[in-house]
Amino acid sequence: MTGKTTIIVHSGDMDKVISALIIANGSLSMGMEVSLYFTFWGLNRLKKGGLEKGPLSKMNMFGLGRSMVKGRMAKANVASMERLMADFKELGGKIIACEMTMDVMGIKKEDLRLELIDEFGAVGTYVNEARNSEITLFI
Amino acid sequence: MVKVELDCRGQNCPVPLVEVRKALKKAAKGDVIEVTGTHPSSKKEIPMAVEALGEELLEIKDHGKEWVIRIRKV
Repeated sequence: MTGKTTIIVHSGDMDKVISALIIANGSLSMGMEVSLYFTFWGLNRLKKGGLEKGPLSKMNMFGLGRSMVKGRMAKANVASMERLMADFKELGGKIIACEMTMDVMGIKKEDLRLELIDEFGAVGTYVNEARNSEITLFI
Repeated sequence: MVKVELDCRGQNCPVPLVEVRKALKKAAKGDVIEVTGTHPSSKKEIPMAVEALGEELLEIKDHGKEWVIRIRKV
């Protein structure tokens, strides 16, 4: 293993979370380590049943645009977010959940999919991961 | 030595790349992975990953829209 990618998943928008997961899985596939730090709206995607629930970042149109994009993605054979997440974990990707977001948004540990989460942390955990990373992104 | 065949025809980014990585993880030393796909970028990106992982690229074959890549786990 050489190199590391650390991504802050701040957005909970469907298209942005998919992008984060694709970059994460690409990094793992090319032999890098990966940490995803879920915070703010991104943390909603780690709630039970929440991974696929995000709106579209643009032209969501009360969910109509989102449905259209989902249909187009299925047609283009793009992997589902659950599949991307399962691959991410299988390849050893690490997930950190932001504790402050949990306090702010009233999210309890039992609301989250604990089987996906490796660690609960704060900014120091992120900095510690990012300072040793060749690729860092804020999505 | 085992030969593992992966059919990634019709699969889009990042699935062919991820499937190769998963197969390499499970493979034993000396095993050969043969992946068939149609996704154009994966044809050049899988060899990049093979190099980054320090595995051995045996062959890249083109059959029109389809390509076949063979990799040996070192």
